[in-house]
Amino acid sequence: MAGLTLEIVTAEAMTYSGEVDIVIAPGIMGQMAILPHHAPLMTMLEPGELCVRKGPEETLIAISGGFLEVLDDKVVILADAAERADDIDLARAEAARRRAEERLKSGAPGVDHARAEAALRRSLARLKVAERTRKREKRLT
Amino acid sequence: MANIRLIRRRIRSIQSTAKITRAMEMIAASKMRRAQQNVLAGRPYAEKIRQVLAHLAAQPGAAVHPLLERREVSNIQVIHITPDRGLCGGLNTNMNRSTASFILEQVAPTVLITVGKKGRDYMTRYGRQVQAEFTAIGDQPSLMDTLPISRIVIDDYSNGSVDAVYLAYPRFVNTMIQRPVLDQLLPVQPATIERPGEIEYIYEPSSKAVLAELLPRFVEMEVYHAVLESIASEQSARMVAMRNATENANEMVQDLTLAYNKARQEMITKELLDITGGAEALA
Repeated sequence: MAGLTLEIVTAEAMTYSGEVDIVIAPGIMGQMAILPHHAPLMTMLEPGELCVRKGPEETLIAISGGFLEVLDDKVVILADAAERADDIDLARAEAARRRAEERLKSGAPGVDHARAEAALRRSLARLKVAERTRKREKRLT
Repeated sequence: MANIRLIRRRIRSIQSTAKITRAMEMIAASKMRRAQQNVLAGRPYAEKIRQVLAHLAAQPGAAVHPLLERREVSNIQVIHITPDRGLCGGLNTNMNRSTASFILEQVAPTVLITVGKKGRDYMTRYGRQVQAEFTAIGDQPSLMDTLPISRIVIDDYSNGSVDAVYLAYPRFVNTMIQRPVLDQLLPVQPATIERPGEIEYIYEPSSKAVLAELLPRFVEMEVYHAVLESIASEQSARMVAMRNATENANEMVQDLTLAYNKARQEMITKELLDITGGAEALA
């Protein structure tokens, strides 16, 4: 199947570039799957996991917000940060999650609620992607 | 005698200077390579965000956003980006002079945000108003490190305390050339953006919301990119400066060695003359 071209770029580098069949992305209005011949689309993304399928292969990428553009079977994701499962620093993500949770719970003045929540969502997305990829690898071996 | 020892001492001192400049050249060269890669790696994102912005700005009714709003200019803000360190040829001087002359040309009062020690020192010395300063940003900053800078700019522009923001940084043209540039950052100018094509997008949740999210990111990215350019410029300017210094030092060593040998030969000749003269007198 002649598929989609996917590019994931962050301000620091191009994280992913290649041919894929399906892109499943965490859109701001809900999870969305993008197949070839999609209409031109421009959407914001939530922090979450991005799933890329190519034949039987499935890659999970943790995204911390950004934009997604579809045009002529070309999907471009402008991400604030994007990491594949192998690049995720589990300890760091875990620490970030705990920090964000504490900040939310403490409710102390001067805590930016929205920011703490966003941080929590980002770290959760990272943890989830790492977890699921590891599980799948275990199943295969 | 004294003369010879003096020359010898100078040769040795210059040789050790040459060793230092040579080492600095190598360090700058390796840092430069990485800095250049970073500049190139950020380019796809920059291009894409500009394209998308152009599409959005062309949308009817979408262009009402605080960061796009044009006002009469009564206060100007300049982000002045320089290296932290010297020993990089004329880079700092050129940069400071370019921004200073820009400020002098302006009718409206100008405040500065300086990034890098060299720019800050220069601007405070000449009594310019420095609103905020950022130093020690490192050789490999992430987008996170430059966010506070863009935060200030966006806030000040949104609440109306400044009406135009300029970004001054040394643009990395190539290893030999770094040019000081001064770009207008805010209000975002659709004119500097390439012409949009005729494509109907579906916007989620709405074109306005996407634009509102995208504009601050555009500013953040431009600032980040300028910092990267500045680092690449600094390292390549330093590499070239240090290479010249090493060459000059080696040349000086050669000249001094020649002088030293001549002086030594003269001395031997004189001694020989003394001896033969003494022998003749005795005979």
